Amino acid sequence: MATAETTALRTAPAHRSGLWSWITTVDHKRIGILYGATSLFFLLVGGLEALLIRLQLAVPDNDLIGPELYNQLFTMHGTTMVFLVGMPIAVAFFNYIVPLQIGARDVAFPRLNALSYWIFLFGALLMNSSFLFGAAPNAGWFGYAPLTGEQYSPGLNIDFWVLGLQVLGVASIMGGINFITTIINLRAPGMRLMRMPLFTWMALVVSFLLITALPVFAVALFFLTFDRFWGTKFFVTSAGGDPILWQHLFWLFGHPEVYILILPAFGIISDVLPAFTRKPLFGYAIMVYSGILIGFIGWGVWAHHMFATGLGPVADAFFAAATMIIAIPTGVKIFNWLATMWGGSLRFDTPMLFCIALVGMFTIGGISGVHHATAPANLQQTDTYYVVAHFHYVLVGGLIMGVFAGLYFWLPKVTGRMLDERLGKLHFWLTVIGVNLTFFPMHFAGLLGMPRRIFTYSSELNLGSINMVITIGGIITAIATMIFVYNLWRSLRHGAPAGDNPWNAHTLEWATTSPPPEYNFGRIPEIRSREPMWDHPEEMIAAAQHVPEKPIHMPSPSYWPIFTAFGITLTAALFLTKIWWTPLLGLLWTAVGVVNWAFEPLER
Amino acid sequence: MEHAATHETATGLPTWKLGFWTFIGSETLFFGSLISTYMVYKGASVVGPYPHEILNIPLTTISTFVLLMSSFAMVLALAGVQQGNRKQALIWLAMTAGLGATFLAFQAYEFTEFYRHGLTLSTNLFGSTFFILTGFHGAHVTVGVIWLTILWVMALRGRLGPGDALKVEVAGLYWHFVDVVWIAIFTLVYLLQ
Repeated sequence: MATAETTALRTAPAHRSGLWSWITTVDHKRIGILYGATSLFFLLVGGLEALLIRLQLAVPDNDLIGPELYNQLFTMHGTTMVFLVGMPIAVAFFNYIVPLQIGARDVAFPRLNALSYWIFLFGALLMNSSFLFGAAPNAGWFGYAPLTGEQYSPGLNIDFWVLGLQVLGVASIMGGINFITTIINLRAPGMRLMRMPLFTWMALVVSFLLITALPVFAVALFFLTFDRFWGTKFFVTSAGGDPILWQHLFWLFGHPEVYILILPAFGIISDVLPAFTRKPLFGYAIMVYSGILIGFIGWGVWAHHMFATGLGPVADAFFAAATMIIAIPTGVKIFNWLATMWGGSLRFDTPMLFCIALVGMFTIGGISGVHHATAPANLQQTDTYYVVAHFHYVLVGGLIMGVFAGLYFWLPKVTGRMLDERLGKLHFWLTVIGVNLTFFPMHFAGLLGMPRRIFTYSSELNLGSINMVITIGGIITAIATMIFVYNLWRSLRHGAPAGDNPWNAHTLEWATTSPPPEYNFGRIPEIRSREPMWDHPEEMIAAAQHVPEKPIHMPSPSYWPIFTAFGITLTAALFLTKIWWTPLLGLLWTAVGVVNWAFEPLER
Repeated sequence: MEHAATHETATGLPTWKLGFWTFIGSETLFFGSLISTYMVYKGASVVGPYPHEILNIPLTTISTFVLLMSSFAMVLALAGVQQGNRKQALIWLAMTAGLGATFLAFQAYEFTEFYRHGLTLSTNLFGSTFFILTGFHGAHVTVGVIWLTILWVMALRGRLGPGDALKVEVAGLYWHFVDVVWIAIFTLVYLLQ
């Protein structure tokens, strides 16, 4: 099993630099960086797609981009932002921050963690390689059957979509398993569940959502794949198939997915706010419970995406009520963040600014969410820009603001260097202006009757000026994002040294050096409170930065994760050839990877 | 010497076991969705063959019994490994894998019979839902048989001592789970037509 090369790797000292060390790494911090860099790259890709959409819609009766390409762009924009940006960037934070917050040396399954990343990367490449064939997915990010069936979408477009998402789902489920096990099992002594930072708590809730929601989606994708490739009848109406089944399965996954996307951002700002208010988080326990409740009720509201299908008054009433109930724990969170800031000595550094923007903008998105939950109003709003306005307020105003808060807050820990505050504030203000200019007018455009997913609109609708404003907002947001990219590049080159705890924050990750050593903590600290770095900073720092007398054994680097991930993606990709035996080659490749993996010793 | 991966866990549960239970939780939703779809589409086929014309309950009862007995064998195999009784481990690991393979043979026979009676994946909704549900279950059994065979080879080479009991226990968790899923399928698909 072991080739000469693996033997050499096992006996060699840890390689901490060079491409090979990144390919074989199983260090949660490096995998976190890989996840972060990849998802930021796809943020730019998805943003570019959005910009092209906005250029097309800037003026009425525009023919800059034809309807075919337009369909591909909005489908890939949605798919990219959800699966290649929102989810993986949260996983980037989980990877880097969670083990440091709970006092662990790594995640529970380091090689599985690497496998998740490589599968994610290869799946993302598989999905995007469709552009090279001029056949990017084109049926919307929720791929409604039977539109996505063989009959109405014969090309390769939807094949890329189902296969790419199937591969990406595998990565998410494995990530969920890894983080549940890590958070439950690898906490430092004294790190009781109710002492865990809110970010770690939300990572735990999200991980449960991942392992429960993604398998349902996997089944839906299998049905559609079998319909397309082997003529099964799941969504074929002439054979008795029910198109609503796809919607149920998709939204059974799709609504928990909404909380998979937003809860990490809630967790981030719950840990960032206290640092800039010099006060512990207000109502810690209720913040934990409301996060769990959001995740739990999030499973019982999926059909509010389907009011327009005519579910009947009983189902409509149930799902409308269940959806509105979610507003309660969410409102609790909003008020607790406000109460955390109330009476604190506030400092308005960039991370704090993004937190405040999240609280305000997410609330706007939450309110329009309650509008959608009202079934009769929903019939008026569905498939209009009102919906587009709503989910961009929660995802850009919520998720993306939270992500930027987290990046400005934690990147100094990751790189050891600060981001520039002046550029940060410029980035912040341009983002807030650009995002609101883009998405607020969409409410009006929607209520005035502008439909989603139509490549152009008539000048008679009188929506030209609103759309021009929206496009200008989009361009401002793009400029803001470029400023962030420049700030990031500048920080890596010339950023001021960060020190170990530049924000004087309260959670355990700030006890280590910036960046932390491979083993995170020289000695695992004994946790005695929720704010260890405020209550016993010397003790925490002494343990974390203790120089170990003997080398600490860490899991060895391994190339089997990337090898296996390639096999899994290859299996999916070979289905595109439509030659029945070719995927077996991918399976064989995967099997070689799995067997070698199983017999590789864990530690050097 | 401190080991990152093996130091004491916060709950006292082995990390592997906890992770695997989490995986089983995920699998429950997977099979739950497959079974629900089968139930939703029950009676929705517009052309035959229909379930009552084709499902062979006596035959499947035998294969169900075979699979249930394999779970029993799995328990004895784990006991053998835990007690360091190599002979018992070898016999019962082989028995578990063998009974699993027998179940798969029954399934292969069943699928060919159905094919000869004109039921394929694409015949009707019954064919689609039936073959996908039982096919994914069969794929899980296949993975289990391969896994057990690898464990058997390890035991044969003397590389499966009491210290490795967790490996067998986790394989056992998987095997029992796959068995439980079959009980649900057998009841809902075969018995409650």
